[in-house]
Amino acid sequence: MSALPPIDLVETADPIATPRRVALVRPDRRPSVRTTDEKYVMTFPNLIVREVILFQVVVIGLAVAAILFDAPLEGIANPLETPNPAKAPWYFLGLQELLHYFPPVVAGVLMPLLVVVALVVIPYARINQTAGPLWAGAGPRRALTLAAAGGAVIALFGVFKCWPIVVPTAGTLVAMFAARGGENGGAFRRALAKGTLPEWIMVWFAVVATILTIIGTFFRGPGWSFVWPWAQTVAF
Amino acid sequence: MTTLSLDSVFRRLRATDAYRSIVRHGASATNRNRSLIVFENLFLHVHPVKVREKTLRFTHTYWLGGIALACALILTATGVLLMFYYHPSVPQAYRDMRELEFVVDNGLFLRNMHRWAAHLMVFASFLHMMRVFFHRAYRPPRQFNWVVGVVLLLVTLLLSYTGYLLPWDQLAFWGVSVGTNMAKEAPLIGEKARFLLLGGNIVSENALLRFYVLHCVVLPVALLLLLSVHIWRVRKDGGVQGPPEKPSSREEVR
Repeated sequence: MSALPPIDLVETADPIATPRRVALVRPDRRPSVRTTDEKYVMTFPNLIVREVILFQVVVIGLAVAAILFDAPLEGIANPLETPNPAKAPWYFLGLQELLHYFPPVVAGVLMPLLVVVALVVIPYARINQTAGPLWAGAGPRRALTLAAAGGAVIALFGVFKCWPIVVPTAGTLVAMFAARGGENGGAFRRALAKGTLPEWIMVWFAVVATILTIIGTFFRGPGWSFVWPWAQTVAF
Repeated sequence: MTTLSLDSVFRRLRATDAYRSIVRHGASATNRNRSLIVFENLFLHVHPVKVREKTLRFTHTYWLGGIALACALILTATGVLLMFYYHPSVPQAYRDMRELEFVVDNGLFLRNMHRWAAHLMVFASFLHMMRVFFHRAYRPPRQFNWVVGVVLLLVTLLLSYTGYLLPWDQLAFWGVSVGTNMAKEAPLIGEKARFLLLGGNIVSENALLRFYVLHCVVLPVALLLLLSVHIWRVRKDGGVQGPPEKPSSREEVR
């Protein structure tokens, strides 16, 4: 889609020389200029003012939060006195929750590594460039493949009794199948039917990550046992 | 006798050689001056002088990258101020937290602001990534900028994580102990990487010093460099990319 010049074409090595190009224009095709009547506005003040307002809103919002809520500060660090539970910062509590189900090398190394690799390759995987709606033009084979793949993921995490992944995976799978033939349904099903396979996978990932983080943050107490959020203090 | 109004004072000020040497564009609201304001300013010239109107809509980007950037600026400002009151040593680091709370003017406010901005930056960065994904804004020519963005998210997490240890309270100590114990599990390099990070086998004052240097120098510099590349590439690739667009029906070839 982009019109990048060929990378191994050297026109001249002389910095002073004026590059010359010879173009052959066929009579039936003339050099054309793409134009658009899309509306443009001046960056100043339209964009700059919005940026300043955004910054001010963030500053004011954080200042209000800073006045209302104090950052936690517990007693001085004591290596001899282990709190129970000892929790990492909230954005790592999803991983710490996984430690409950998997060996440390899987939960602490393999899974985060897989997530980072999966994120990095997104723009280079063809499916992310070309994918259409999941069920568009799909035969019964796609439903079968999806059910098998989803069932395999559920079985894999089920073996480890990792319900915080099993349940949202099953939920996502149900939603995927609810989207089948949704083009003729109500507004919600029509929206679902537009989802591509990569989008469904990202939704699944985001839901799983959110659920794991919420459980790790609010529902885990001494010995990583299940507790209610109101039965403990949560520090950020 | 001439009347002295604010307007006339400003007009005279603007006519001075000194002012003209600093601000080169005129004051009148012409499109030429509006353009000059943007491209003659080091900090604004990453913008084009004109933008597509639809990119200003809220739902185009939800301003999430902007929120993360605003947090980064706030964190730099509050972080530098906090550095004036902080010693990365045991047990002075913890005493400094108490001093911020009880002795330093607005010390607690400063620390609160820094902490909440840090959490918001992590959260906004994650949402920004989701927004870019669902708008398919990673498509050519923006593939590599997505990768830069993923690295930026990791740097943001590391910044937040290294800062988490600095108060040297129980929360900080055990939070970092739990996390670095996970790193230990990596095959081959785990133990060595952990030793390198902590400057020892347990979280100690060596670890505090290393985390301090990482938090205040190494990672902010990395963030600044990567952020510059990230934003510069957004500009080079034609500005912020919102929801996927069909080629406009009104677009024509002349």
